[in-house]
Amino acid sequence: MMAQISPYAFSAVGIAISIGVSVLGAAWGIYITGSSLIGAAIKAPRITSKNLISVIFCEAVAIYGVIVAIILQTKLESVPTSKMYESESLRAGYAIFASGIIVGFANLVCGLCVGIIGSSCALSDAQNSSLFVKILVIEIFGSALGLFGVIVGIILSSQATWPAKTL
Amino acid sequence: MYGFEALTFNIHGGYLEAVVRGHRSSLLTASDYNNLCQCETLDDIKMHLSATEYGPYLQNEPSPLHTTTIVEKCTLKLVDEYKHMLCQATEPLSTFLEYITYGHMIDNVVLIVTGTLHERDVQELLEKCHPLGMFDSIASLAVAQNMRELYRLVLVDTPLAPYFSECITSEDLDDMNIEIMRNTLYKAYLEDFYKFCKKLGGATAEIMTDLLAFEADKRAVNITINSIGTELTRDDRKKLYSNFGLLYPYGHEELAVCEDVDQVRAALEKYPAYQSIFAKLSYGESQMLDKAFYEEEVKRLCLAFEQQFHYGVFFAYMRLREQEIRNLMWISECVAQNQKSRVHDSVVFIF
Repeated sequence: MMAQISPYAFSAVGIAISIGVSVLGAAWGIYITGSSLIGAAIKAPRITSKNLISVIFCEAVAIYGVIVAIILQTKLESVPTSKMYESESLRAGYAIFASGIIVGFANLVCGLCVGIIGSSCALSDAQNSSLFVKILVIEIFGSALGLFGVIVGIILSSQATWPAKTL
Repeated sequence: MYGFEALTFNIHGGYLEAVVRGHRSSLLTASDYNNLCQCETLDDIKMHLSATEYGPYLQNEPSPLHTTTIVEKCTLKLVDEYKHMLCQATEPLSTFLEYITYGHMIDNVVLIVTGTLHERDVQELLEKCHPLGMFDSIASLAVAQNMRELYRLVLVDTPLAPYFSECITSEDLDDMNIEIMRNTLYKAYLEDFYKFCKKLGGATAEIMTDLLAFEADKRAVNITINSIGTELTRDDRKKLYSNFGLLYPYGHEELAVCEDVDQVRAALEKYPAYQSIFAKLSYGESQMLDKAFYEEEVKRLCLAFEQQFHYGVFFAYMRLREQEIRNLMWISECVAQNQKSRVHDSVVFIF
């Protein structure tokens, strides 16, 4: 029954998830960091400029999603109706879908991770400024998770070859 | 769900948690207390405090200063911070913050009723009330003759109303009854707060139930020690203990039959957490017990700040600030009465 769903449907959903869920992750992370940052900056105004790095890391997650969505949509080609349910087409459709899910959910958890660490970073920096650089290292490791997702997603999407148009 | 508060706490509570952590960073440190303990007069204290966050509150006070003025202005700072947080809070944080002040409300009610019994002027009593525990109809407490009237006239409209069901009698108010009333109200308040925190769940429930259990146990020990040698029967004493905490129910059975401090010590040494408190005191001594309890409480309150994304930090901050005000009051009194050698008897350092 799954083979009766059009591969275009799978591809479209995959592209939507890659951008939609990535942006969800980035937004979630930014508000978690932002609310703590604003509150902590009342007593310690010096932390504002440095801690914007956390917000930038979260934003990068959304950008990964946009990039991958653009790449995926260039992989989408039209095939004649007779070839739509051939195994080649199905494979291409599934590849784009999987790529979208990988990128979307990897960026979701990456954005959350960086956001929560960024919130703790802002609060600790307000109390003791020597902690900032050390917690930043944790954030860098966290943001690598999104990169892993993007890399795998792009490699997978390069497999999305639709059957040739000629009969 | 415990462990996942980080995902949604900051929607409503993130800003205020960051604000309260900023306030915590302005608590006086050990070096501040050392400077204050070296002061010779109250004006020196005012000078040292003006370098801290209390500056704007004390700078307009004319000398000669009184200790009550210093304490009043410092309390005003706490009240301002509390009101700022309360008006920014949403449910359930706003209810939580209000719960923190019900203890002061109970103290104010008892203060006015006792003062009226001893024929003091209502205005004078109102000035002595703690500002965090004020409510609208507090002045009309002076009119009531017994507890039933107290409830019907004034308290039924306040948040303390549900706590009164256990202590309405038609007896007239006298000193003993008022103390029993205070402790019964406080018991009902602690149990209510405990239930509320448990309902909130997650890290808040875990941390707050721990802090409230310690409070309940501390009060049980204080009630026991204060009622040794009075007319309070054992059953009445047992009725004043809260129904949660490390000492419930077996510790309470033992405490109810204690007749002197050494029996209390024996009862509490079975609990490792409280054994360390009594270990600091030698046998037969009970004056330092308060300080030992306060030190333990401060240690636990500071630990509440180790975790993020829960409401316990608000409760801990208010309590630590109150402890600081108690410290300042003690230091000011020692300086004003020229008894600087006794300063370290009752000052609990926070950091």
